[in-house]
Amino acid sequence: MTRLPITKTPKCYVGGAFIRSESGRVYAHNDSAGAFACNIPLCTRKDLRNAVETAAKAGPGWSKRSAYNRGQILYRIAEMLESRAGEMSAALALTGASPTTAAREVRASIDRAVHYAGWTDKYESLLGSVNPVSTPHFNFTVMEPMGVIGILAPEEAPLLGLLSMVLPAIASGNTAIALASHSQPYPSILLGEILAVSDLPGGVVNLLTGKRADILPTMATHAHLRAVYAAADKTERTEIQRGAAEHVKRTVFIHSETPCDWFEEKAQGPYQIRHFLEAKTTWHPIGA
Amino acid sequence: MPAKRPNNPARELLFGDLWEYDPAPETAPAHIAPQYGLFINGKFTAPKSKKFFDSISPGNEKKVSEIALANGADVDAAFAAASAAFPKWSKTPGAERGKYLFRIARLLQDRAREFAVAESIDGGKPIRESRDFDVPVSAAHFFYHAGWADKLDYAAPGRTLAPLGVVGQIIPWNFPLLMLAWKIAPALACGNTVVLKPAETTSVTAMKFCSILQDAGLPPGVVNIVTGAGDTGTNIVQHPAAAKIAFTGSTAIGKFIQRTLAGSGKKITLELGGKAANIVFEDAPIDQAVEGIVNGIFFNQGHVCCAGSRLLVQEGIADEVLRKLKMRIRHLRVGDPLDKNTDIGAINSRKQLEKIQELVKSGVSEGAEIHQPACRLPKRGFYFAPTLFSNVSLSHRIAREEIFGPVLSILTFRTPEEAVEKANNTPYGLSAGVWTDKGSRILKMSTELKAGVVWANTYNKFDPASPFGGYKESGFGREGGKQGLLDYAQIA
Repeated sequence: MTRLPITKTPKCYVGGAFIRSESGRVYAHNDSAGAFACNIPLCTRKDLRNAVETAAKAGPGWSKRSAYNRGQILYRIAEMLESRAGEMSAALALTGASPTTAAREVRASIDRAVHYAGWTDKYESLLGSVNPVSTPHFNFTVMEPMGVIGILAPEEAPLLGLLSMVLPAIASGNTAIALASHSQPYPSILLGEILAVSDLPGGVVNLLTGKRADILPTMATHAHLRAVYAAADKTERTEIQRGAAEHVKRTVFIHSETPCDWFEEKAQGPYQIRHFLEAKTTWHPIGA
Repeated sequence: MPAKRPNNPARELLFGDLWEYDPAPETAPAHIAPQYGLFINGKFTAPKSKKFFDSISPGNEKKVSEIALANGADVDAAFAAASAAFPKWSKTPGAERGKYLFRIARLLQDRAREFAVAESIDGGKPIRESRDFDVPVSAAHFFYHAGWADKLDYAAPGRTLAPLGVVGQIIPWNFPLLMLAWKIAPALACGNTVVLKPAETTSVTAMKFCSILQDAGLPPGVVNIVTGAGDTGTNIVQHPAAAKIAFTGSTAIGKFIQRTLAGSGKKITLELGGKAANIVFEDAPIDQAVEGIVNGIFFNQGHVCCAGSRLLVQEGIADEVLRKLKMRIRHLRVGDPLDKNTDIGAINSRKQLEKIQELVKSGVSEGAEIHQPACRLPKRGFYFAPTLFSNVSLSHRIAREEIFGPVLSILTFRTPEEAVEKANNTPYGLSAGVWTDKGSRILKMSTELKAGVVWANTYNKFDPASPFGGYKESGFGREGGKQGLLDYAQIA
């Protein structure tokens, strides 16, 4: 008799733990051939609110880590992803990516993590400044993380798109809650398992799965999210910005109507990190 | 050190009690026209609305000038002029664009006194402030940004900056000319063209500024100024030709703009309200701190979004600070904005005066203790005596709402952690002050305070090289410095 393999129950990575949706709901996820693959948690706005709470708690500790330490942890993500590259490629192939395409996306994702690992202790000297004011004051501007960032990942590039949005947000000390691709959620499930062994403190990255329509309104209006970073269409962008106005929340969009080249050089860099920074300027008199 | 005499405080000499100050009015001519049209396509033009409204001086309620009320068709004309000017202006070499801005800075310096007098007549601020602060710093903003125009690519290493297009700009009444400079200078440096609306009550210096643009030979349509009230502002916000809206004003209007532009893809920067904590530790140099507290709240009659309106004093020195503040505010001279001895001028409008009166009333009825010096206020015009409230708790309206007037709420704290907690306990996050002799504490507090500007052992300092702007509901984007410049360009 052949041995029946053990299949994995997909769970979402929230607060450093693996959870099912509080709703108890799931949606069936099929492979590209149409056969049942697994059930994916259908997260609710309550799951989002719980995740915001855990992300807010993780924020002060994460932002106080040294930039060097954050860089090493981001590099550790790359190490962990590299060691499970085959498994991740299989996860991407589940929804139809060819082995070549899947492997390319995994490689680019690993390189992206390495890229941002190197930025954590450098963006400040590029974006901050010492300002030559004309009064006898020492005046300097530092770039600070905003707090908790809500992310709506794109439907395509379910790993590279997701990581390309999460990494610049957390590189500076923000914490994040991301809703993964609805049609291709499995890479985010696997990414959670990788993050869990990457020295990343629990709650810094929280990955939800489910329907965009269930999560988007609360993500737009939640008072404790300081910014929303969304790959969204025009209707969604309008709804997010209307909701964001309630608390003067920052919004950054990737237009999902037009194809986004996540592989290009400009899909990464310090200006992506800058979206989720506040400039703080301090003055002090110069004198005896 | 003198012996402590708790029941017999140090005697004080108040000269104003013994001798009247002679009036010392600033008499330089302000050259204010009896009527101003709109400035569109490089020319003063009559409004299509055919309507004008009076601008009065809050110092004496006399009519200063008639200001055009721009309607939708007028705003259309301004955007049409700005759109037509954009292709050529945005392709003008940065070095040449910069020269226009340098010229503007110089011409403004030439006419600084005239502009200062006009600003004080129209807006009510003391001539000492308009002369020594508003006008020179406005010129400095043009001079600073002039130098950026041909160096934009250095502001974003690895990328190039591209202009946005036509920028709609709406500015408040508290620093009319200075806010105009904050808005126009970086916009032009980056190659954008502008449609700007000054506040309803303070249009005069903006219209006078148009003559400087003409004298500088700025190409027609690069800057267009339309005057009016809220409806004119709404027309600008909703105008399809605007690539960006930059707004300074109340948080309520900022939220309205964000909602209105939802889904439009337009860039927005908002510089909104504040309720800044000014935190004084026991080891602070008290006399300097008292001067800083006074400057923090009474500068420009408290019409400052970053005013230090919540004083947080460490418990051990709370009584001493209150005593010194009460004494200090007796020396403040409230009155004629044009008098060179005036410390606190006129409240900008009757509406604003009524708002201040209403909030002060709520402070009294909610149980805070009010302290006002006996001072004679002019019979005509809008004036409010400098006011302190002690025994204020965080839940009081005067500790939560932006008063935008010469009213200080005093709260106490015991530990630095409590100070941070109280300071951050507001939806706003524009600015904060810290007074302490301990350097490490300054840096710690500066890190913990959720505010865009932190003044340590100083307050209310501004400079074109220093980015200004808020966290949270105080808005987003910065003005000034490299950081502010980037908000007027696409990082391509």
